[in-house]
Amino acid sequence: MNDGLGLAAPEREWGFSVRRTSAIVLRHYYLLRSSWARVLELAYWPVINMTLWGFMTVFLVGQSSLFAQATGLLLAAILLWDVLFRSQLGLGLAFLEEVWSRNLGHILVSPIRPYEYIAALFVVALMRVLIGVGPAALLAWGLYDYSIFTLGLPLLVFFVNLVVLGWAIGLAINGLILRFGLGAESMAWMALFVLAPICGIYYPLSVLPEWLRWIAYAIPASYVFEGMRAVLIEKTFRVDYVVAAALLNLVYIAGGVAAFLYCFRAARRRGLILQIGE
Amino acid sequence: MNAPVHAAEPAIEVRRLAKRYGAVTAIEDLSFAVPRGSITALLGGNGAGKTTTLAILLGVLLPSSGEARVLGIDILKHRYRVLPRMNFGSPYVELPKRLTVRENLAVFAQLYGVRDATRRIAALAEELQMGDFVNRPTGTLSAGQKTRAALAKALVNRPEVLLLDEPTASLDPDTGDWVRAYLERYVAENEATILLASHNMGEVERMASLVLMMKAGRLVDRGTAGELLAKYGRDNLEEVFLDIARDRRKAEKETVA
Repeated sequence: MNDGLGLAAPEREWGFSVRRTSAIVLRHYYLLRSSWARVLELAYWPVINMTLWGFMTVFLVGQSSLFAQATGLLLAAILLWDVLFRSQLGLGLAFLEEVWSRNLGHILVSPIRPYEYIAALFVVALMRVLIGVGPAALLAWGLYDYSIFTLGLPLLVFFVNLVVLGWAIGLAINGLILRFGLGAESMAWMALFVLAPICGIYYPLSVLPEWLRWIAYAIPASYVFEGMRAVLIEKTFRVDYVVAAALLNLVYIAGGVAAFLYCFRAARRRGLILQIGE
Repeated sequence: MNAPVHAAEPAIEVRRLAKRYGAVTAIEDLSFAVPRGSITALLGGNGAGKTTTLAILLGVLLPSSGEARVLGIDILKHRYRVLPRMNFGSPYVELPKRLTVRENLAVFAQLYGVRDATRRIAALAEELQMGDFVNRPTGTLSAGQKTRAALAKALVNRPEVLLLDEPTASLDPDTGDWVRAYLERYVAENEATILLASHNMGEVERMASLVLMMKAGRLVDRGTAGELLAKYGRDNLEEVFLDIARDRRKAEKETVA
Protein backbone atom coordinates (compact mmCIF):
# COMPACT_ATOMS: atom_id res chain seq x y z
CA MET A 1 0.00 0.00 0.00
CA ASN A 2 2.74 2.41 0.94
CA ASP A 3 4.63 3.19 -2.23
CA GLY A 4 6.10 6.51 -1.28
CA LEU A 5 2.93 8.35 -2.26
CA GLY A 6 1.26 7.61 1.03
CA LEU A 7 0.55 9.69 4.07
CA ALA A 8 3.11 11.98 5.62
CA ALA A 9 2.93 10.69 9.18
CA PRO A 10 0.75 8.61 11.48
CA GLU A 11 -2.08 10.63 12.93
CA ARG A 12 -2.53 11.87 16.45
CA GLU A 13 -6.00 12.81 17.57
CA TRP A 14 -5.12 16.31 18.77
CA GLY A 15 -2.23 17.53 16.66
CA PHE A 16 -1.97 20.84 14.86
CA SER A 17 -0.91 20.65 11.25
CA VAL A 18 0.37 23.74 9.46
CA ARG A 19 0.16 21.67 6.30
CA ARG A 20 -3.60 21.12 6.62
CA THR A 21 -4.15 24.73 7.64
CA SER A 22 -2.15 26.00 4.69
CA ALA A 23 -4.15 23.70 2.37
CA ILE A 24 -7.23 25.82 3.06
CA VAL A 25 -5.23 29.02 2.61
CA LEU A 26 -3.93 27.61 -0.70
CA ARG A 27 -7.50 26.90 -1.79
CA HIS A 28 -8.43 30.56 -1.24
CA TYR A 29 -5.25 31.79 -2.87
CA TYR A 30 -6.17 29.73 -5.97
CA LEU A 31 -9.70 31.15 -5.83
CA LEU A 32 -8.56 34.78 -5.66
CA ARG A 33 -5.92 34.17 -8.32
CA SER A 34 -8.55 32.80 -10.68
CA SER A 35 -11.09 35.56 -10.11
CA TRP A 36 -10.09 39.18 -10.71
CA ALA A 37 -13.71 40.15 -9.99
CA ARG A 38 -13.35 38.90 -6.41
CA VAL A 39 -10.11 40.83 -5.91
CA LEU A 40 -11.67 43.96 -7.39
CA GLU A 41 -14.70 43.57 -5.15
CA LEU A 42 -12.45 43.31 -2.09
CA ALA A 43 -10.91 46.71 -2.78
CA TYR A 44 -13.94 48.39 -4.37
CA TRP A 45 -15.91 49.64 -1.33
CA PRO A 46 -12.91 50.71 0.74
CA VAL A 47 -11.68 52.77 -2.22
CA ILE A 48 -15.11 54.31 -2.87
CA ASN A 49 -15.46 55.13 0.85
CA MET A 50 -12.03 56.66 0.93
CA THR A 51 -12.72 58.81 -2.12
CA LEU A 52 -16.01 60.08 -0.72
CA TRP A 53 -14.83 60.80 2.81
CA GLY A 54 -11.48 62.05 1.60
CA PHE A 55 -13.12 64.94 -0.27
CA MET A 56 -15.40 65.51 2.71
CA THR A 57 -12.28 65.85 4.85
CA VAL A 58 -10.76 68.33 2.41
CA PHE A 59 -13.94 70.38 2.74
CA LEU A 60 -14.12 70.10 6.53
CA VAL A 61 -10.48 71.07 7.06
CA GLY A 62 -11.35 74.56 5.76
CA GLN A 63 -14.47 74.78 7.93
CA SER A 64 -13.55 73.35 11.30
CA SER A 65 -10.65 73.97 13.63
CA LEU A 66 -10.91 70.36 14.88
CA PHE A 67 -10.34 68.96 11.40
CA ALA A 68 -7.67 71.56 10.68
CA GLN A 69 -5.90 70.36 13.80
CA ALA A 70 -6.28 66.66 13.07
CA THR A 71 -6.71 66.28 9.32
CA GLY A 72 -6.51 62.50 9.39
CA LEU A 73 -9.37 62.03 11.83
CA LEU A 74 -12.01 60.93 9.36
CA LEU A 75 -9.63 59.12 7.03
CA ALA A 76 -8.05 57.08 9.84
CA ALA A 77 -11.51 56.25 11.19
CA ILE A 78 -12.67 55.09 7.75
CA LEU A 79 -9.59 52.94 7.23
CA LEU A 80 -9.76 51.38 10.69
CA TRP A 81 -13.49 50.67 10.40
CA ASP A 82 -12.76 48.98 7.07
CA VAL A 83 -10.11 46.84 8.77
CA LEU A 84 -12.75 45.64 11.24
CA PHE A 85 -15.47 45.15 8.64
CA ARG A 86 -13.20 43.46 6.08
CA SER A 87 -11.81 41.14 8.74
CA GLN A 88 -15.29 40.00 9.79
CA LEU A 89 -16.59 39.84 6.22
CA GLY A 90 -13.42 38.15 4.96
CA LEU A 91 -13.80 35.39 7.51
CA GLY A 92 -17.48 35.05 6.64
CA LEU A 93 -16.85 34.92 2.90
CA ALA A 94 -14.01 32.41 3.23
CA PHE A 95 -16.52 30.10 4.89
CA LEU A 96 -19.41 30.99 2.57
CA GLU A 97 -17.28 30.22 -0.50
CA GLU A 98 -17.19 26.59 0.69
CA VAL A 99 -20.93 26.58 1.33
CA TRP A 100 -21.76 28.14 -2.04
CA SER A 101 -19.50 25.71 -3.90
CA ARG A 102 -20.93 22.79 -1.84
CA ASN A 103 -17.40 21.84 -0.91
CA LEU A 104 -17.73 22.13 2.87
CA GLY A 105 -18.60 18.45 3.20
CA HIS A 106 -15.38 17.46 1.44
CA ILE A 107 -13.34 19.64 3.78
CA LEU A 108 -15.01 18.53 6.99
CA VAL A 109 -14.69 14.81 6.20
CA SER A 110 -10.97 15.33 5.60
CA PRO A 111 -8.53 15.04 8.51
CA ILE A 112 -8.52 18.79 9.16
CA ARG A 113 -9.45 19.59 12.76
CA PRO A 114 -11.99 22.34 13.44
CA TYR A 115 -9.33 24.47 15.15
CA GLU A 116 -7.02 24.09 12.12
CA TYR A 117 -9.89 25.17 9.90
CA ILE A 118 -10.51 28.17 12.15
CA ALA A 119 -6.81 29.10 11.98
CA ALA A 120 -6.98 28.90 8.17
CA LEU A 121 -10.02 31.18 8.14
CA PHE A 122 -8.07 33.69 10.25
CA VAL A 123 -5.24 33.75 7.71
CA VAL A 124 -7.60 34.05 4.75
CA ALA A 125 -9.50 36.89 6.46
CA LEU A 126 -6.22 38.71 7.08
CA MET A 127 -5.26 38.28 3.41
CA ARG A 128 -8.62 39.77 2.43
CA VAL A 129 -8.15 42.73 4.81
CA LEU A 130 -4.77 43.56 3.32
CA ILE A 131 -6.04 43.26 -0.26
CA GLY A 132 -9.14 45.31 0.57
CA VAL A 133 -7.78 48.10 2.74
CA GLY A 134 -4.31 48.41 1.19
CA PRO A 135 -5.46 50.23 -1.97
CA ALA A 136 -7.65 52.61 0.08
CA ALA A 137 -4.67 53.48 2.29
CA LEU A 138 -2.57 54.14 -0.81
CA LEU A 139 -5.35 56.29 -2.25
CA ALA A 140 -5.50 58.38 0.94
CA TRP A 141 -1.78 58.96 0.69
CA GLY A 142 -1.82 59.74 -3.05
CA LEU A 143 -4.98 61.83 -3.25
CA TYR A 144 -5.20 63.55 0.13
CA ASP A 145 -1.60 63.46 1.23
CA TYR A 146 -2.60 61.51 4.32
CA SER A 147 -0.63 58.46 5.37
CA ILE A 148 -2.30 56.13 7.87
CA PHE A 149 1.24 55.31 9.00
CA THR A 150 1.47 58.73 10.67
CA LEU A 151 -0.39 57.00 13.50
CA GLY A 152 2.92 55.28 14.12
CA LEU A 153 3.26 52.14 16.23
CA PRO A 154 -0.24 52.50 17.73
CA LEU A 155 -1.57 51.75 14.24
CA LEU A 156 -0.29 48.18 14.55
CA VAL A 157 -1.97 47.79 17.93
CA PHE A 158 -5.25 49.21 16.60
CA PHE A 159 -5.00 47.03 13.48
CA VAL A 160 -4.45 43.81 15.43
CA ASN A 161 -7.30 44.53 17.84
CA LEU A 162 -9.75 45.27 15.04
CA VAL A 163 -8.70 42.23 13.01
CA VAL A 164 -9.16 39.97 16.04
CA LEU A 165 -12.57 41.45 16.80
CA GLY A 166 -13.56 40.89 13.16
CA TRP A 167 -12.44 37.25 13.43
CA ALA A 168 -14.46 36.75 16.61
CA ILE A 169 -17.70 38.14 15.18
CA GLY A 170 -17.12 36.40 11.84
CA LEU A 171 -16.62 33.04 13.55
CA ALA A 172 -19.83 33.37 15.54
CA ILE A 173 -21.72 34.20 12.34
CA ASN A 174 -20.13 31.25 10.53
CA GLY A 175 -21.35 29.07 13.38
CA LEU A 176 -24.87 30.35 12.82
CA ILE A 177 -24.60 29.62 9.08
CA LEU A 178 -23.39 26.10 9.87
CA ARG A 179 -26.28 25.59 12.26
CA PHE A 180 -29.10 27.39 10.41
CA GLY A 181 -27.88 27.18 6.82
CA LEU A 182 -27.85 29.88 4.18
CA GLY A 183 -30.85 31.56 5.83
CA ALA A 184 -28.28 33.15 8.16
CA GLU A 185 -26.05 34.27 5.27
CA SER A 186 -27.15 37.92 5.38
CA MET A 187 -25.74 38.15 8.92
CA ALA A 188 -22.27 38.15 7.37
CA TRP A 189 -23.02 41.52 5.76
CA MET A 190 -25.29 43.07 8.36
CA ALA A 191 -24.19 42.01 11.82
CA LEU A 192 -21.24 44.33 12.29
CA PHE A 193 -23.23 47.45 11.47
CA VAL A 194 -25.06 47.07 14.78
CA LEU A 195 -21.79 48.15 16.38
CA ALA A 196 -21.15 51.08 14.03
CA PRO A 197 -23.26 53.73 15.81
CA ILE A 198 -22.19 52.53 19.27
CA CYS A 199 -18.43 52.12 19.09
CA GLY A 200 -17.67 55.76 18.22
CA ILE A 201 -15.99 55.43 14.86
CA TYR A 202 -16.44 59.10 13.92
CA TYR A 203 -17.34 60.68 17.26
CA PRO A 204 -16.26 60.30 20.88
CA LEU A 205 -18.22 58.00 23.19
CA SER A 206 -19.11 61.05 25.30
CA VAL A 207 -21.79 62.00 22.78
CA LEU A 208 -23.70 58.78 23.45
CA PRO A 209 -26.45 58.65 26.07
CA GLU A 210 -25.10 57.16 29.27
CA TRP A 211 -26.95 53.83 29.00
CA LEU A 212 -25.55 53.33 25.48
CA ARG A 213 -22.10 54.32 26.63
CA TRP A 214 -22.07 51.32 28.96
CA ILE A 215 -22.70 49.05 25.98
CA ALA A 216 -19.93 50.82 24.07
CA TYR A 217 -17.52 50.11 26.93
CA ALA A 218 -18.07 46.39 26.35
CA ILE A 219 -16.94 46.60 22.70
CA PRO A 220 -13.18 46.41 22.02
CA ALA A 221 -13.52 48.65 18.94
CA SER A 222 -14.75 51.54 21.11
CA TYR A 223 -11.35 51.68 22.84
CA VAL A 224 -9.54 51.50 19.52
CA PHE A 225 -11.41 54.48 18.07
CA GLU A 226 -11.06 56.46 21.30
CA GLY A 227 -7.36 55.59 21.26
CA MET A 228 -7.07 56.69 17.66
CA ARG A 229 -8.60 60.09 18.51
CA ALA A 230 -6.23 60.41 21.48
CA VAL A 231 -3.26 59.88 19.16
CA LEU A 232 -4.50 62.28 16.47
CA ILE A 233 -5.97 65.05 18.62
CA GLU A 234 -4.12 64.89 21.96
CA LYS A 235 -0.97 63.29 20.50
CA THR A 236 -1.00 60.72 23.31
CA PHE A 237 -1.00 56.96 23.18
CA ARG A 238 -3.51 55.66 25.74
CA VAL A 239 -2.15 52.33 26.98
CA ASP A 240 -5.23 51.85 29.18
CA TYR A 241 -7.44 51.84 26.08
CA VAL A 242 -5.23 49.27 24.37
CA VAL A 243 -5.21 47.01 27.43
CA ALA A 244 -9.00 47.23 27.71
CA ALA A 245 -9.43 46.43 24.01
CA ALA A 246 -7.00 43.50 24.19
CA LEU A 247 -8.63 42.00 27.30
CA LEU A 248 -12.09 42.34 25.81
CA ASN A 249 -10.83 40.82 22.58
CA LEU A 250 -9.61 37.76 24.47
CA VAL A 251 -13.16 37.28 25.72
CA TYR A 252 -14.64 37.93 22.27
CA ILE A 253 -12.31 35.56 20.41
CA ALA A 254 -12.86 32.83 23.01
CA GLY A 255 -16.59 33.41 22.61
CA GLY A 256 -16.35 33.31 18.80
CA VAL A 257 -14.36 30.06 18.79
CA ALA A 258 -16.71 28.51 21.37
CA ALA A 259 -19.79 29.56 19.36
CA PHE A 260 -18.36 28.09 16.15
CA LEU A 261 -17.36 24.82 17.82
CA TYR A 262 -20.73 24.57 19.56
CA CYS A 263 -22.56 25.08 16.25
CA PHE A 264 -20.19 22.62 14.53
CA ARG A 265 -21.12 19.99 17.09
CA ALA A 266 -24.82 20.86 16.75
CA ALA A 267 -24.47 20.48 12.96
CA ARG A 268 -22.86 17.06 13.51
CA ARG A 269 -25.71 16.07 15.81
CA ARG A 270 -28.34 17.20 13.32
CA GLY A 271 -26.65 15.86 10.20
CA LEU A 272 -26.35 19.27 8.54
CA ILE A 273 -22.78 19.16 7.28
CA LEU A 274 -23.24 17.12 4.11
CA GLN A 275 -26.50 18.96 3.34
CA ILE A 276 -25.31 22.54 3.75
CA GLY A 277 -25.50 24.56 0.55
CA GLU A 278 -28.50 22.64 -0.75
CA MET B 1 0.56 5.22 15.68
CA ASN B 2 -2.07 3.72 13.43
CA ALA B 3 -3.85 0.79 14.99
CA PRO B 4 -2.69 -2.49 13.42
CA VAL B 5 -5.34 -4.01 11.20
CA HIS B 6 -5.59 -7.77 11.17
CA ALA B 7 -6.61 -9.44 7.96
CA ALA B 8 -9.57 -11.09 9.67
CA GLU B 9 -10.72 -7.82 11.21
CA PRO B 10 -13.47 -6.15 9.20
CA ALA B 11 -12.61 -2.86 7.53
CA ILE B 12 -15.85 -1.42 8.87
CA GLU B 13 -17.83 -2.68 11.81
CA VAL B 14 -21.09 -1.18 13.02
CA ARG B 15 -22.92 -2.35 16.12
CA ARG B 16 -26.46 -1.43 17.18
CA LEU B 17 -26.15 1.96 15.56
CA ALA B 18 -29.14 4.28 15.87
CA LYS B 19 -29.85 7.84 14.82
CA ARG B 20 -33.01 9.60 15.83
CA TYR B 21 -34.08 13.18 15.16
CA GLY B 22 -36.69 13.69 17.84
CA ALA B 23 -39.53 11.36 16.97
CA VAL B 24 -38.08 10.54 13.55
CA THR B 25 -35.87 7.48 13.31
CA ALA B 26 -33.24 7.64 10.57
CA ILE B 27 -31.54 4.35 11.45
CA GLU B 28 -32.27 1.83 14.18
CA ASP B 29 -30.36 -1.13 15.57
CA LEU B 30 -28.00 -1.27 12.61
CA SER B 31 -25.24 -3.86 12.83
CA PHE B 32 -23.01 -5.08 10.03
CA ALA B 33 -19.40 -5.76 9.15
CA VAL B 34 -17.69 -4.97 5.86
CA PRO B 35 -14.90 -7.44 5.06
CA ARG B 36 -11.52 -6.01 4.24
CA GLY B 37 -10.81 -5.87 0.50
CA SER B 38 -14.47 -6.13 -0.45
CA ILE B 39 -16.96 -3.96 -2.25
CA THR B 40 -20.07 -3.83 -0.12
CA ALA B 41 -23.27 -2.12 -1.13
CA LEU B 42 -25.86 -0.45 1.02
CA LEU B 43 -29.03 -0.86 -0.96
CA GLY B 44 -32.32 0.77 -0.12
CA GLY B 45 -34.90 3.28 -1.22
CA ASN B 46 -34.95 6.98 -0.46
CA GLY B 47 -34.89 7.56 3.28
CA ALA B 48 -33.68 4.02 4.00
CA GLY B 49 -30.74 5.42 5.99
CA LYS B 50 -27.86 4.81 3.57
CA THR B 51 -26.47 8.35 3.54
CA THR B 52 -27.01 8.63 7.29
CA THR B 53 -24.88 5.53 7.76
CA LEU B 54 -22.11 6.90 5.55
CA ALA B 55 -22.19 10.27 7.35
CA ILE B 56 -21.74 8.54 10.72
CA LEU B 57 -18.83 6.51 9.35
CA LEU B 58 -17.23 9.75 8.14
CA GLY B 59 -17.64 11.32 11.55
CA VAL B 60 -19.81 14.23 10.39
CA LEU B 61 -22.95 12.87 12.01
CA LEU B 62 -23.17 11.84 15.64
CA PRO B 63 -25.31 8.76 16.24
CA SER B 64 -27.84 8.59 19.07
CA SER B 65 -26.34 5.29 20.19
CA GLY B 66 -24.20 2.40 19.02
CA GLU B 67 -20.63 1.84 17.89
CA ALA B 68 -18.81 2.29 14.60
CA ARG B 69 -15.25 1.20 13.90
CA VAL B 70 -13.23 1.78 10.75
CA LEU B 71 -9.95 -0.11 10.30
CA GLY B 72 -10.23 -1.12 13.93
CA ILE B 73 -10.52 2.46 15.19
CA ASP B 74 -13.55 3.83 16.99
CA ILE B 75 -14.70 6.56 14.58
CA LEU B 76 -16.83 8.20 17.24
CA LYS B 77 -13.89 8.71 19.60
CA HIS B 78 -10.81 8.82 17.38
CA ARG B 79 -11.96 9.85 13.92
CA TYR B 80 -8.89 11.93 13.16
CA ARG B 81 -6.69 8.87 13.48
CA VAL B 82 -8.51 7.08 10.73
CA LEU B 83 -9.78 9.87 8.42
CA PRO B 84 -6.41 10.17 6.60
CA ARG B 85 -6.83 6.52 5.57
CA MET B 86 -10.37 7.01 4.29
CA ASN B 87 -12.02 9.14 1.67
CA PHE B 88 -15.45 9.94 0.37
CA GLY B 89 -17.18 10.68 -2.90
CA SER B 90 -20.69 11.86 -3.64
CA PRO B 91 -22.31 13.64 -6.56
CA TYR B 92 -24.05 15.85 -3.98
CA VAL B 93 -20.82 17.29 -2.57
CA GLU B 94 -18.85 19.16 -5.21
CA LEU B 95 -15.38 20.51 -5.84
CA PRO B 96 -14.89 24.30 -6.09
CA LYS B 97 -15.77 25.21 -9.65
CA ARG B 98 -13.28 28.04 -10.20
CA LEU B 99 -10.27 25.95 -9.23
CA THR B 100 -8.73 23.73 -11.87
CA VAL B 101 -8.82 19.99 -11.31
CA ARG B 102 -5.09 20.06 -10.56
CA GLU B 103 -5.52 22.86 -7.99
CA ASN B 104 -8.38 21.03 -6.30
CA LEU B 105 -6.34 17.84 -6.12
CA ALA B 106 -3.34 19.77 -4.76
CA VAL B 107 -5.50 21.21 -1.97
CA PHE B 108 -6.94 17.83 -1.00
CA ALA B 109 -3.56 16.10 -1.28
CA GLN B 110 -2.26 18.62 1.24
CA LEU B 111 -5.31 18.18 3.48
CA TYR B 112 -4.81 14.41 3.50
CA GLY B 113 -1.07 14.68 4.06
CA VAL B 114 -0.03 13.06 0.78
CA ARG B 115 3.77 13.19 0.66
CA ASP B 116 4.48 13.49 -3.04
CA ALA B 117 1.37 15.28 -4.21
CA THR B 118 2.73 16.24 -7.64
CA ARG B 119 3.54 12.61 -8.46
CA ARG B 120 0.24 11.36 -7.08
CA ILE B 121 -1.77 13.90 -9.09
CA ALA B 122 0.16 13.02 -12.25
CA ALA B 123 -0.52 9.32 -11.65
CA LEU B 124 -4.23 9.96 -11.09
CA ALA B 125 -4.43 12.17 -14.18
CA GLU B 126 -3.03 9.32 -16.21
CA GLU B 127 -5.07 6.51 -14.61
CA LEU B 128 -8.32 8.44 -14.84
CA GLN B 129 -7.55 9.82 -18.29
CA MET B 130 -7.75 13.42 -17.14
CA GLY B 131 -4.84 14.72 -19.20
CA ASP B 132 -7.12 16.82 -21.41
CA PHE B 133 -8.80 18.67 -18.60
CA VAL B 134 -6.63 18.51 -15.49
CA ASN B 135 -5.69 22.16 -15.97
CA ARG B 136 -9.22 23.33 -16.68
CA PRO B 137 -11.53 24.91 -14.09
CA THR B 138 -13.68 22.17 -12.56
CA GLY B 139 -16.85 24.15 -13.31
CA THR B 140 -16.26 23.91 -17.07
CA LEU B 141 -16.15 20.10 -17.18
CA SER B 142 -18.78 17.74 -18.56
CA ALA B 143 -20.62 15.43 -16.14
CA GLY B 144 -18.35 12.52 -17.01
CA GLN B 145 -15.19 14.61 -16.57
CA LYS B 146 -16.49 15.95 -13.25
CA THR B 147 -17.09 12.39 -12.08
CA ARG B 148 -13.51 11.49 -12.89
CA ALA B 149 -12.23 14.61 -11.11
CA ALA B 150 -14.35 13.76 -8.06
CA LEU B 151 -13.05 10.20 -8.17
CA ALA B 152 -9.48 11.51 -8.31
CA LYS B 153 -10.20 13.60 -5.20
CA ALA B 154 -11.64 10.52 -3.46
CA LEU B 155 -8.51 8.53 -4.33
CA VAL B 156 -5.89 11.24 -3.82
CA ASN B 157 -4.71 9.75 -0.52
CA ARG B 158 -4.94 6.18 -1.85
CA PRO B 159 -7.59 5.39 0.78
CA GLU B 160 -7.83 2.01 2.42
CA VAL B 161 -11.54 2.60 2.94
CA LEU B 162 -13.59 4.47 0.38
CA LEU B 163 -17.17 5.52 1.09
CA LEU B 164 -19.18 6.35 -2.00
CA ASP B 165 -22.68 7.74 -2.17
CA GLU B 166 -24.30 6.85 -5.51
CA PRO B 167 -21.00 6.96 -7.41
CA THR B 168 -22.54 6.66 -10.87
CA ALA B 169 -25.70 8.71 -10.39
CA SER B 170 -26.55 10.80 -13.47
CA LEU B 171 -23.81 9.21 -15.60
CA ASP B 172 -24.45 7.75 -19.03
CA PRO B 173 -24.10 3.94 -19.22
CA ASP B 174 -20.68 4.10 -20.88
CA THR B 175 -19.14 6.43 -18.26
CA GLY B 176 -20.89 4.54 -15.46
CA ASP B 177 -19.41 1.28 -16.71
CA TRP B 178 -15.95 2.86 -16.93
CA VAL B 179 -16.17 4.14 -13.34
CA ARG B 180 -17.31 0.73 -12.06
CA ALA B 181 -14.46 -1.04 -13.84
CA TYR B 182 -11.95 1.46 -12.45
CA LEU B 183 -13.20 1.02 -8.87
CA GLU B 184 -13.08 -2.77 -9.16
CA ARG B 185 -9.49 -2.53 -10.37
CA TYR B 186 -8.61 -0.12 -7.56
CA VAL B 187 -9.93 -2.51 -4.91
CA ALA B 188 -8.12 -5.47 -6.43
CA GLU B 189 -4.78 -3.69 -6.81
CA ASN B 190 -4.79 -1.89 -3.46
CA GLU B 191 -6.58 -4.35 -1.18
CA ALA B 192 -8.92 -1.46 -0.47
CA THR B 193 -12.47 -1.62 0.81
CA ILE B 194 -15.42 0.19 -0.69
CA LEU B 195 -18.76 0.76 0.95
CA LEU B 196 -21.15 2.25 -1.53
CA ALA B 197 -24.69 3.46 -1.18
CA SER B 198 -26.62 2.98 -4.36
CA HIS B 199 -30.01 2.76 -6.03
CA ASN B 200 -28.45 1.23 -9.11
CA MET B 201 -29.26 -2.48 -8.96
CA GLY B 202 -27.12 -3.40 -11.97
CA GLU B 203 -24.17 -1.67 -10.38
CA VAL B 204 -24.65 -3.44 -7.08
CA GLU B 205 -25.17 -6.81 -8.73
CA ARG B 206 -21.98 -6.41 -10.72
CA MET B 207 -19.67 -4.90 -8.13
CA ALA B 208 -20.71 -5.89 -4.65
CA SER B 209 -19.54 -9.05 -2.96
CA LEU B 210 -21.88 -8.26 -0.08
CA VAL B 211 -25.23 -6.51 -0.27
CA LEU B 212 -26.84 -4.93 2.78
CA MET B 213 -30.52 -4.29 2.19
CA MET B 214 -31.92 -1.38 4.19
CA LYS B 215 -35.47 -0.26 4.70
CA ALA B 216 -36.78 2.49 6.96
CA GLY B 217 -33.47 2.74 8.78
CA ARG B 218 -33.11 -0.96 9.47
CA LEU B 219 -31.04 -3.71 7.92
CA VAL B 220 -33.65 -6.10 6.58
CA ASP B 221 -31.47 -8.59 4.72
CA ARG B 222 -27.90 -9.26 3.68
CA GLY B 223 -25.91 -11.63 1.51
CA THR B 224 -24.19 -11.90 -1.82
CA ALA B 225 -26.24 -10.92 -4.84
CA GLY B 226 -26.56 -14.62 -5.71
CA GLU B 227 -27.75 -15.54 -2.23
CA LEU B 228 -30.39 -12.81 -2.25
CA LEU B 229 -31.61 -13.80 -5.73
CA ALA B 230 -31.94 -17.42 -4.61
CA LYS B 231 -33.60 -16.51 -1.33
CA TYR B 232 -36.23 -14.32 -2.96
CA GLY B 233 -36.58 -16.50 -6.05
CA ARG B 234 -35.96 -13.58 -8.39
CA ASP B 235 -33.88 -13.08 -11.53
CA ASN B 236 -32.39 -9.73 -10.63
CA LEU B 237 -31.74 -7.49 -7.64
CA GLU B 238 -34.29 -4.96 -8.78
CA GLU B 239 -37.03 -7.53 -8.15
CA VAL B 240 -35.51 -8.32 -4.76
CA PHE B 241 -35.38 -4.61 -3.98
CA LEU B 242 -39.06 -4.22 -4.91
CA ASP B 243 -39.97 -7.28 -2.85
CA ILE B 244 -38.38 -5.68 0.18
CA ALA B 245 -39.46 -2.11 -0.50
CA ARG B 246 -43.11 -3.06 -1.05
CA ASP B 247 -43.33 -6.13 1.16
CA ARG B 248 -44.35 -7.97 -2.01
CA ARG B 249 -43.53 -11.48 -0.80
CA LYS B 250 -45.76 -11.03 2.19
CA ALA B 251 -48.51 -9.64 -0.03
CA GLU B 252 -48.13 -12.52 -2.50
CA LYS B 253 -48.36 -15.10 0.30
CA GLU B 254 -51.49 -13.42 1.62
CA THR B 255 -53.01 -13.48 -1.91
CA VAL B 256 -52.26 -17.23 -2.28
CA ALA B 257 -53.69 -17.95 1.14
